Amino acid sequence: MKLHLFALSVVFTSLGDAPATATPAPASNLIAQDHRKWDDGTRIDLAWDLSADDETLVAAYRISKALARFGDFQVPLKFELVEIVKAGTGEYTVADLARKIRLENIKTKYADIVDIESLEATNQKTFPVAYVFQIVAVGRDGATSAAATTPPITPTMEWFDGGRFWFLIIVVIFCGAVIFFIQLARGGRPLKVRKIAGLEAIDEAVGRATEMGRSCLYIPGILDMNDIQTIAGINILARVAKTAASYDAKLEVPTSRSLVMATARETVQGAFLAAGHPDAYRKDLIYYVTDEQFGYVAYVQGMMVREKPAACFYMGAFFAESLILAETGNSIGAIQVAGTAMPAQLPFFVAACDYTLIGEEFFAASAYLSGSAEELGSLKGQDVGKIIVGLGIIIGVIMLSAASVILDGSPGSPFGTALLNAVEYLKQVILT
Amino acid sequence: MKRLIPLWITAIAGIVLIASYFVPYAQGLGELTSIWFDILAGFAFILGGGNLLKVHLKKVSDKAAGWGYSVILLASFLITLFVGLGKIGVHPSPDYPDNSWSGVYNEVGSPFWWLYEYAFKPLTATMFAMLAFYIASASFRAFRAKNVEAVLLLGTAFIILLGRTFAGVWLTSWLPESLSGLKIENLSVYIMQVFNTAGSRAIIIGIALGIASTSLKVILGVDRSYLGSARSEP
Amino acid sequence: MNVAWAWTILVVVVGASLVVLVTRREQTYRALKDLDRRWIFLLMLLAVAIPILGELTFPEKPTGLAKAVFDEIEKLEPGDKVLMAWDYDPASEGELGPMATAFTYHCCKKGLKMYYMTIFSPVGPQMIEDAIEHVIKADFPHLEYGVDYVNLGYKSGYEGVIKVIVSNIRELYTTDHYGKSVQDIPMMRDVRNIQQMDLIINVSAGYAGLKEWVLFAATPYPDLTLVAGVTGVMAPQQYPYIPEQLRGLLGAIKGAAEYEKLVLDKYGDEDPDPKYLKGKQRMGPQLIAHMLIIVLIIVANFVYFAGKRRERA
Repeated sequence: MKLHLFALSVVFTSLGDAPATATPAPASNLIAQDHRKWDDGTRIDLAWDLSADDETLVAAYRISKALARFGDFQVPLKFELVEIVKAGTGEYTVADLARKIRLENIKTKYADIVDIESLEATNQKTFPVAYVFQIVAVGRDGATSAAATTPPITPTMEWFDGGRFWFLIIVVIFCGAVIFFIQLARGGRPLKVRKIAGLEAIDEAVGRATEMGRSCLYIPGILDMNDIQTIAGINILARVAKTAASYDAKLEVPTSRSLVMATARETVQGAFLAAGHPDAYRKDLIYYVTDEQFGYVAYVQGMMVREKPAACFYMGAFFAESLILAETGNSIGAIQVAGTAMPAQLPFFVAACDYTLIGEEFFAASAYLSGSAEELGSLKGQDVGKIIVGLGIIIGVIMLSAASVILDGSPGSPFGTALLNAVEYLKQVILT
Repeated sequence: MKRLIPLWITAIAGIVLIASYFVPYAQGLGELTSIWFDILAGFAFILGGGNLLKVHLKKVSDKAAGWGYSVILLASFLITLFVGLGKIGVHPSPDYPDNSWSGVYNEVGSPFWWLYEYAFKPLTATMFAMLAFYIASASFRAFRAKNVEAVLLLGTAFIILLGRTFAGVWLTSWLPESLSGLKIENLSVYIMQVFNTAGSRAIIIGIALGIASTSLKVILGVDRSYLGSARSEP
Repeated sequence: MNVAWAWTILVVVVGASLVVLVTRREQTYRALKDLDRRWIFLLMLLAVAIPILGELTFPEKPTGLAKAVFDEIEKLEPGDKVLMAWDYDPASEGELGPMATAFTYHCCKKGLKMYYMTIFSPVGPQMIEDAIEHVIKADFPHLEYGVDYVNLGYKSGYEGVIKVIVSNIRELYTTDHYGKSVQDIPMMRDVRNIQQMDLIINVSAGYAGLKEWVLFAATPYPDLTLVAGVTGVMAPQQYPYIPEQLRGLLGAIKGAAEYEKLVLDKYGDEDPDPKYLKGKQRMGPQLIAHMLIIVLIIVANFVYFAGKRRERA
């Protein structure tokens, strides 16, 4: 849209100054080369010498691109506008280019300009794409200069995407910290973790259900196994199942996804085995209901009202059903423990459940419950991530506030500008 | 071996996919694996459907408590499956008039469309609408001015509740423009944009780190309880 | 101070006095303390049903976020491409239907090219059908399928779909919802990926929806402009994305009613069709329901303090 508005303004300017028809001198030495930073093969850098009339007659430069070749097959040049840049600009990076094109796409889009049969005769499925670029100086009165055109060029894909360099650094630091603390913990260094009441309550809840002769209900969220919350929920299920096995309590797990059912069965069976009660495992208590969100809720709600489980666990990804389930559980007097990383559902669980694991507590639960040194080590590594984020926020806020104060006091101050540029670099390059 | 192979698959897939994010040549891998997952999930529908039939047929044959519900469930399941898969009452597509199955399964007026429009749609809307009742009962039970924090929470809740309706506009319409920031509708937006955003960001950052750490534990095989392994359990 | 405050103070004083008097009686205190939730359900039913049946409506005053959504669509020129990502289902239709109708109406009035799709649920296409049947076919019969609007239907794969179509839409969409090849759909011929869209309008009820559009479309491709409408419970979580990744946001019925007003003020007839006023109509029950919740919280607190007083005594 910005492009359209600017183009329009160029047209309107030209209409307003209709009588003058001075033609600007063209841009010269137009060079096209592969993007100088490592990229995914979608960008070409253009550079040109400004028109001799840049400061007087030129309002803007119009950059166009055209397909030149599909492999060895020439294509008649049909230029399309890429961008209009203001006078004084001598370089531009054209993005969103293709390196290769599939034959079927050529058939769809370019059947009128290339001989499809010759392309098909090559038996190739894809063809490298070469582009030519053109630049035209547009005068303030709308007159256009002669065009400067580049030879055909194909963007190159590098083995590493340079735009993601800083992200890689952050990933390495974070993963490194987690792995480092896991190793430290393996080495026997004691690690402490604060008490999480919701997890302490699991034993109590299962115990109470056993005393009352009622079942435990476990809902591992309503998303599939490709969601990390479901995996975290299944991890906690392992512990709940082990407790249920040792108390000889009935544990029912209705699932909303077939793959979750299959995984939950493996998990619960393993937990019963680990608890020394493999015979008590009942496969048919872990079953699939439906993928449909409210169909699932209707089933679970009906089941809760009829069977009145004494302990309900909601651990995973939840949406609107969170309150429906938790309020129903509350109405039947069950002890309820919930854990989710869906921020929108946390208030509902907090209001209706006895204990709620909020966000990262939910992910820490597996480590907390197992007490395994390795897993506790990963929590410590997570803390390093938090420190980095915290420092980033503090540094960013201080730099931006200082830049604002300095530039308010003395506009154009080099230090203030440098700070502002640093913040922009932090935002646009490091954190993008 | 039963545990080892999945662990290796997880580790290799995880590491390759993380690396592929940085390597343009491999960037299509993420998309490819999500397509693989969809295919797996598609097959799993058969597993789920079979399980559903088994569980409820058993309930009916055992005449277990609530077996009547299972009859309704099975009947609904089979009827919907039959009219949907069989494209009952669907006209052929104009592009392929000779192929009776070429029409769209949910064509307006077809039995599947009818089930969707007059059974599924009102039923799901009803379930969602129940939230209004549960919110009322939960707020009656849970909101108590027990301490200063709870009082602040109550005050905020009132401002948001009023600010999301015309009542907020009506109550503070008398405030002059110079104090428009104190009008309830503007206050509610301010609370959501500033206080709520700050809190949300903190929670979201914590969650994001938790997700990264949990994923890493799964990839490295440190946490393997999802495989039913006893190793990471106490 | 206006009459509004006089009424409010009167109602609060009288109400509070009544509750205090009532909770002083042991029997009433016990009844309120152990109030069966079904009484609350009944009150909520009445609070919603009476305004619906009585067609109670209130005026709307658009806030900045609704204006931002409206302005983004207003900036477009006739013929610009808009991706209409309708990620909701019948369950959330009550909250999101009115804004979806208003979006379609606005785009039709502006002469934009509408590309409908959904990644939320297999029943999502039905929501698109609703928009096409009730708005486009009913009130803009001159618009032609395949030229002015297209229904690309549902694709499974959640955010995976977005990741693919930001760079290549043909990889996943070889046909439209009705099985027609996209090669035969004129408005699809020059669309290679969704980066070519001038605007993305997302109506979202959950996963996969707005968050995924922000993370996998608007964030990596900052040139893409995204506006959205979401359910009430989702709205507070979307504020961190405004305004850079998300230009404007309509929160549930309130947002829909505000946006509806902006659209109708500019494009509406003197007597607009009731289907374009659904947001406004549904704000009536919302106001009364919110009032009921406030009253319930106040009563519950009086009961709580009455209980404390009794404990001390």
